[in-house]
Amino acid sequence: MRQYLIRRILQTIPIMLGVSVVIFFIVHSAPGDPYAYLFGPRTDLKVKEKLKEEMGLNAPLPVQYVRWLGQTVQGNLGYSIRTGKPVAQLLKERLGPTLLLTGTAFLISLMLSIPMGVISATKQYSWLDYVVTTVAFIGISLPSFFAALLAIYLFAVKWQIFPMNQITTPGQPFSMLDLIHHLILPATVLGLRDMAGLTRFTRSSLLEVLRQDYVRTARAKGLAERKVIYKHALRNALIPVVTLLGFGLPNLFSGTIVFETIFTWSGMGLLSFEAVVSRDYPVLMVVNIFFAFMVIVGNLIADILYAVVDPRIRYS
Amino acid sequence: MQPARTKNDDLIRQGLSESPGTWAKAVWMRFRRNRTALLGAFVLTVLVLVTLFAPVITKAALGWGRDEIDQRAIRAAPSVVHPLGTDSVGRDQLTRLLYGGRVSLSIALGTVVIYMAIGIAVGAVAGYFGGWIDNVLMRLVDVVLSFPFLLLALTIAAIRGPGIENLVFSLVAISWPVPARLVRGEFLSLRERDYVEAARATGALPTRIMFRHMLPNALAPLIVQATLDIASIILIEAALSYLGFGVRMPIPTWGNMLSEAQNMAVLTRMPFLWVPPGLMIFLTVMSINFVGDGLRDALDPRLKQ
Repeated sequence: MRQYLIRRILQTIPIMLGVSVVIFFIVHSAPGDPYAYLFGPRTDLKVKEKLKEEMGLNAPLPVQYVRWLGQTVQGNLGYSIRTGKPVAQLLKERLGPTLLLTGTAFLISLMLSIPMGVISATKQYSWLDYVVTTVAFIGISLPSFFAALLAIYLFAVKWQIFPMNQITTPGQPFSMLDLIHHLILPATVLGLRDMAGLTRFTRSSLLEVLRQDYVRTARAKGLAERKVIYKHALRNALIPVVTLLGFGLPNLFSGTIVFETIFTWSGMGLLSFEAVVSRDYPVLMVVNIFFAFMVIVGNLIADILYAVVDPRIRYS
Repeated sequence: MQPARTKNDDLIRQGLSESPGTWAKAVWMRFRRNRTALLGAFVLTVLVLVTLFAPVITKAALGWGRDEIDQRAIRAAPSVVHPLGTDSVGRDQLTRLLYGGRVSLSIALGTVVIYMAIGIAVGAVAGYFGGWIDNVLMRLVDVVLSFPFLLLALTIAAIRGPGIENLVFSLVAISWPVPARLVRGEFLSLRERDYVEAARATGALPTRIMFRHMLPNALAPLIVQATLDIASIILIEAALSYLGFGVRMPIPTWGNMLSEAQNMAVLTRMPFLWVPPGLMIFLTVMSINFVGDGLRDALDPRLKQ
């Protein structure tokens, strides 16, 4: 197991390097001079060339990449073009709100989808099953930003139960209640899509397990149906679901770009969108790498969890 | 006159050989029994026809052109003249809704066809040859799949600028690894089969073995994947266009029509402007998902629950 863990973690290093190469070259293929912002419009061309030479901006791209990578690994992430702030500081400011939003969305989707999947599978072909599968189908077909707009229109404009956007009410002292009030709407809608997928997955996985011989044996020896389902079947049915959780994490993070933009939730997603709009290259590179890192970590967690919950998996 | 019975007919009768025609027929027979899939296929056909003939329909029924501006009606509520109202510049919403579907659907279809072809080629080469070629290609797949889909698409769109070509380019650049991985997995198991060995023994070229002998046997999961992918590309295109990095006005797509809702007044007081395009996306994606699920069951009855 330990060997497997170490090897699996080491495997992520070349992927991370690959990600950094790809994003570095994509950003540096941008037309125009990405460093034009460093100089005033009236800077003498000769001075400009000299400064560029000194800063190493005239070096071949692979050389620049190696230098950039060296700096990044040491924690020097550069400065934002748009705000002039260090990128590391921006990350620090924006990470908290995003973790709060995605974490809540994750919990909501988990708490709703697994019971729904279980109900739907144990009462297969009942009207309850029909309702759950229909809702799940609607959930995966609804464009997420349209769902967000609908939610804002219904719950914030028409019925005014929740605030429309932002993390806290501007101009008011911070309070936990206010934060939660602002959190519910975006987190629920963000969790909705994952919830639909997880429900469907739990349902089909449990249906599969319920047909197994050991479930029939458990029933045959006279166990209560509750015990059969929760002690014998569900535990096995959740094995593949666990791996889906690891893959769901990056999905949630990816979703924050649209959601934080719509709800003006100033986290990593909104930061990414602002960087895209203003072509803030240093920020753009870092957020891409950050999100890719989350995807890789999510996959890693999924693999490890899979090995932990299912001893039948051989670590090869 | 009855056509002469061929040897092949006899074989089919005995279940020993299958011509492509009978396979398609069997799939259709199974697909037909699935009511939701049939409903999805029906809705989809109607949508495709209506959007395909958008110029004819709108001309005859409404009389407005795609970009034609009615200066007396700006953000007008639905009326007899404009059944779904007009947008912020005074263009007829219903007309643009139909034209928009045309753009959204054809972008999705085109993108999926292009990256499926690329992905199949890459996956076939990796799975057939194996070894270091497979290793290199699959690490590349790992890298591309590690990027958050939407952010990378946005980054590419931001750098190359908005527009249909750049949109399709960025979607293709990110999407090809999924079919590549799928085909590679199928090919790894297929290449050990006897009939592949036999083809190799007769001296057939690798390309012929890959595309004539192996690919048809890996087709079922690919068809399902491609169908469901059309739905996800529609969603991504809509999100990108909504954020302003997809298709640009005046060309309408359902996504950029929804971006009207970025205006607070439109969002809060004029749902007639942004709800219809959202519903169209929803309806289309749901129908495609129904068809995809139905196809999965029909193509591979063993998977059926």
